[in-house]
Amino acid sequence: MTHTTTLNQADSLSQGQRWLRALTEKVSGINLAEAGRQLLLPAIGIVLFLAFWHAAAPQVQTSLGAFPGPAQVMEQTGQLWQEHSNQRDRAAQFVTMQEKRNERILAENPNAETKIRDYPGAPTFIDQIFTSLGTVLAGFILATIIAVPLGIIIGLNRHFSAAVNPLIQVFKPVSPLAWLPLVTMVVSATYVSDDPMFEKSFLTSMITVTLCSLWPTLINTSVGVSAVNPDLLNVSKVLRLSFWTHVRKVVLPSSVPMIFTGLRVSLGIAWMVLIAAEMLAQSPGLGKFVWDEFQNGSSESLSRIMVAVLAIGFIGFLLDRIMLLIQKKVAWNE
Amino acid sequence: MSKPHLELTNVQMAFDTKDGPFVALENVDLKIRKGEFVSLIGHSGCGKSTVLNIVAGLLQATRGGCVLDGHEVNTPGPERAVVFQNHSLMPWLTVYENVELAVQQVFKKTMSKAERKEWILHNLKLVNMDHALDKRPGEISGGMAQRVGIARALAMKPSVLLMDEPFGALDALTRAHLQDSLMKIQQDLNSTVIMITHDVDEAVLLSDRIVMMTNGPAATIGEELRIELPRPRNRVALADHPEYVRYRQAVLSFLYEKQTFPAKGESTEEQKPQARDETSDQPENAVETGKDRVLRIA
Repeated sequence: MTHTTTLNQADSLSQGQRWLRALTEKVSGINLAEAGRQLLLPAIGIVLFLAFWHAAAPQVQTSLGAFPGPAQVMEQTGQLWQEHSNQRDRAAQFVTMQEKRNERILAENPNAETKIRDYPGAPTFIDQIFTSLGTVLAGFILATIIAVPLGIIIGLNRHFSAAVNPLIQVFKPVSPLAWLPLVTMVVSATYVSDDPMFEKSFLTSMITVTLCSLWPTLINTSVGVSAVNPDLLNVSKVLRLSFWTHVRKVVLPSSVPMIFTGLRVSLGIAWMVLIAAEMLAQSPGLGKFVWDEFQNGSSESLSRIMVAVLAIGFIGFLLDRIMLLIQKKVAWNE
Repeated sequence: MSKPHLELTNVQMAFDTKDGPFVALENVDLKIRKGEFVSLIGHSGCGKSTVLNIVAGLLQATRGGCVLDGHEVNTPGPERAVVFQNHSLMPWLTVYENVELAVQQVFKKTMSKAERKEWILHNLKLVNMDHALDKRPGEISGGMAQRVGIARALAMKPSVLLMDEPFGALDALTRAHLQDSLMKIQQDLNSTVIMITHDVDEAVLLSDRIVMMTNGPAATIGEELRIELPRPRNRVALADHPEYVRYRQAVLSFLYEKQTFPAKGESTEEQKPQARDETSDQPENAVETGKDRVLRIA
């Protein structure tokens, strides 16, 4: 009896201490090792890379001066941001100026028609990023709208699958650069409008992105659909599910994981293709920024291109993460 | 005996193979009356599953046929609900939704929404799974998932319940537990059951009649054994019941003396799950499953 009491007392006394100890154990023990693996090693990798880049860059001499090191790239990043905010200020001023003028005109003559014009300055680096994101999303969504239903039909119907398989195999490896001239010509010839909703260059890039990025989604969807567990298909037969219920309740959910894997690959390809398409089609976006800087050929050009390269990589990585998050929300096996 | 509930007459099942037709079943005749519990037992690859698939309508016999309540069976349907070996629940649906999918489909027109809900819950309660309604199949044990599979089949109010080695993938304790549940449910509902099994004890304990099949190719029904043990049956009390022991011996003698299994066939048992996988690239053709399974013996 006394023994128990002592134990209990010891227990209550050390409550706070135990909690502290558990906390420190957590921090110092497993979590530190885990944190090390998750943060320290990648940090070491990045630092080593920066050191190598810093040492090696000045050794590479080009007609535009030495290859930019991390410091110059850092500086240009700030510069590009500065240009963007300056531009924004000027644009804001431009609009206020017009508003004041319009007020004055209206005061003199209330029936006068007034207009506000957009600031005519060239798009900045940040603007180009958003243009590129818009184009890639448009192309990717169009690719998904085509590839998922088509993939379901291919996966469900063996005859159809046999018929289109050679076409898929042939068109899948085609480079965006090969499609681009054809797409440009077709868009110019068919998209004729006095008041166009989209720029032609936007359409050209978007369609090229679609053509190159729909294949992984198409193939993965068709494989996912044709690989539904045969027992589940038997369940569907025993229940006499109608075709649509069968597709909706059995086939689609079962292939969602495969479809998402395809979508992630497709989005990665879409982003890569977009940059190439923008460079070649001269449509606004990051690709055009890179090309313009290359043509510009100032001493800062290489650093600015390097900023774009890093931005492209980082955005590609973010896009993949976003897809992963959506996949975790949607797919049942995550 | 009155007019049979389910009747298989002169059934032959042949599959086309590269080396010409392969006859898996020949002259299978079977009459089952309402409320009867029939087990099909035989060595791997003897065509037990093929018989079951023909009754289910998943396979079409090449000769002869199956008649249920005076109607020929040629397509699958919920009045012949199947409990598959590996539960076959939709992994993306919860326990409740899995049963709901079946109930929705079968009783959409005849039951109100509230009645359907009650019926789903009733069936899940029957198999003691009403505590895990919102769990996904991946979150419950194999035995629990199999219970849900049984609940789903029962919820279709089938005339015949078809079970393809329903407890084959479970551990011995879970299996015993589920066998007892099944016995009780079958007795309460007086359902007609055809069950495939490898397990002699299971067959004797559960069945009114054991149908023993000869080895393939051209497998057929070798012997039938009527089990006249009183119900309800208790596995512990029966363990050394002289009648029970005699029935057991009869089945064992058929399987291991009259129909000795070729030694090389032992490997078939292990390859069976693999055979399932190999057929998965042509899932629309359920015929392949049966064929592949049988061909391995040939």
